[in-house]
Amino acid sequence: MGKTIVEKIFESHLVDKPYEGINILKLDRVFCHEITTPIAINDLVLKGKDRVFDPDKIKAVIDHVSPAKDSKTALQGKIIREWAKRHGIKDFFDIGQNGVCHALFPEKGFVIPGHTIIMGDSHTCTHGAFGAFAAGVGTTDLEVGILKGVCAFKDPLTIKIELSGNFAQGVFAKDAILHIIRKLTVNGATNRVIEFTGNAVDNMSMDERMTICNMAVEAGATSGICSPDMTTVDYLWEFIKHDYESKKKALEEFSKFMPDHDAEYDEILVFDVSEIEPLVTQGYKPDNVIEISKIQETKVDQVYIGSCTNGRIEDLRIAAKILENKHIADGVRAIVSPATPKIFNQALEEGLIKIFMDSGFCVTNPTCGACLGMSNGVLAEGEVAASTTNRNFFGRMGKGGMVHLMSPASAAATALTGKITNSDLFNN
Amino acid sequence: MKEFKGKVLFLDRSDINTDEIIPAKYLTENTKEALKPYLMEDLNLEGFNTDNDIDENSIIITRANFGCGSSREHAPWALEVNGYNAVIAQSFARIFQQNMFNCGMAAIELPHKTIDYIFDKYNSKATNIEIDIKNCVIFIESKTKKEKIEFEISRFEQELIFSGGWVEYADNNY
Ligand code: SF4
Repeated sequence: MGKTIVEKIFESHLVDKPYEGINILKLDRVFCHEITTPIAINDLVLKGKDRVFDPDKIKAVIDHVSPAKDSKTALQGKIIREWAKRHGIKDFFDIGQNGVCHALFPEKGFVIPGHTIIMGDSHTCTHGAFGAFAAGVGTTDLEVGILKGVCAFKDPLTIKIELSGNFAQGVFAKDAILHIIRKLTVNGATNRVIEFTGNAVDNMSMDERMTICNMAVEAGATSGICSPDMTTVDYLWEFIKHDYESKKKALEEFSKFMPDHDAEYDEILVFDVSEIEPLVTQGYKPDNVIEISKIQETKVDQVYIGSCTNGRIEDLRIAAKILENKHIADGVRAIVSPATPKIFNQALEEGLIKIFMDSGFCVTNPTCGACLGMSNGVLAEGEVAASTTNRNFFGRMGKGGMVHLMSPASAAATALTGKITNSDLFNN
Repeated sequence: MKEFKGKVLFLDRSDINTDEIIPAKYLTENTKEALKPYLMEDLNLEGFNTDNDIDENSIIITRANFGCGSSREHAPWALEVNGYNAVIAQSFARIFQQNMFNCGMAAIELPHKTIDYIFDKYNSKATNIEIDIKNCVIFIESKTKKEKIEFEISRFEQELIFSGGWVEYADNNY
């Protein structure tokens, strides 16, 4: 019987099977940020186990609240900064070099097909876009990862989701994943991995693949994953060119982690992306998804473009194209946070930052910022936001606020009208 | 090993997420104790009152997909420092459930019908529970009713509870 991608990765990283159905895996990467890591560090210190399994495999960043907004967040930064220094963790990204973890780490070439990765962050599933097994974990798993370089996972069941067809005008990877979450519901994929395949995925850039894998957890999935292909190799080439004779050879190597034709799936779902319209969430659950055309009159107070879901260069290009030579509506506040310094720089060079500013957007430094309602654009009670992020939970962007999730194109169009708007209106 | 007995807090809703269990703005705290006053501050559940409903109880019974959303272990910690060592639900989000066992706490699943039955017969009555992890049985008792309910958890999860959590277990074994 053939194997899925995740089964192959598990097999190649298995350290122990202490009980039926439980796999202790060796980790290639442990990613850390300043919100969930400091408590793990403090606990290790307290237990007299202030060690790291391998400083080169640990990558750390301050991204959630940056710059620090008060003395508590400053202390979190201080704890992780000093810890990185103390243990010789070279890949530590502090203010000036920092950005949203799930955009920054892939951009640095840290994610390679076949890798096993954990992080104390639920959207770690983003890195599955590279054909890696990447899962969000809590602080205790992170602590053990830091100390021992292992993590426990149940036997991996996989849902295969095949995306066929071509996207219609104004419809993007974000709409596809919202559509999938609506179908699966918020716990439809719990304890399973979603393998994304099909010609629509083959045609996607790495940025788009990261967008769909990013939100797999919103359907409860342990991770999303895409099979490595030439697009993956092209993206990674600058980082791996010394390890392989040619791109073809690299792909040959990575093909070890492609799924077998006779792999066994727990479930197979097929969607034709050409049938998807621009979508938006309503209410407080990410599976509460509706066509934008059905709630067009909903007024918004704030528009946010950014995050690990949609703060990458392609997202900014799409939004800027819609905003060019136009101004956001009266009474709307609009914020864009390019996800990393590299993206910020690219956006500067391409003139996108100027477009955002001319249209009335506030451009912030790379940070998670408004996405989790801790800084940089918290909503007041009763306010409504249109956002390219991934969670619309009650209170997510500020107590008593409402968040409508949508694509960068729809968010840009919404900024221009002040009401939830399909970007088609601005296609000329 | 932690203790798993006490009064029950019934939360009659599915998909209670970790932002509701402990809002993101408290993630800047660097100790578990500091989370204590904020448990379920933003819980979106009619009739639930944070000021009155949290004290006194030590086990939660709820519906499907409890603990969905963020990976924050602050959610089990906020429960722990308020004296809640166990949650019984129809189902859990993966990371939350793993976090509970990793902390030596219990996240126990019961079938849909059993959860319906418990809500039907015990909700809104003074109900007490005792969980026997080793033998996988729950003893549930109200003024008028008393019974034994069996559950399933894996050997691994039992071991995590017995050894006090995953750090201790992993350090002994790997
Ligand atoms: S951008 Fe938002 S969802 Fe992504 S890692 Fe940051 S806080 Fe989490």
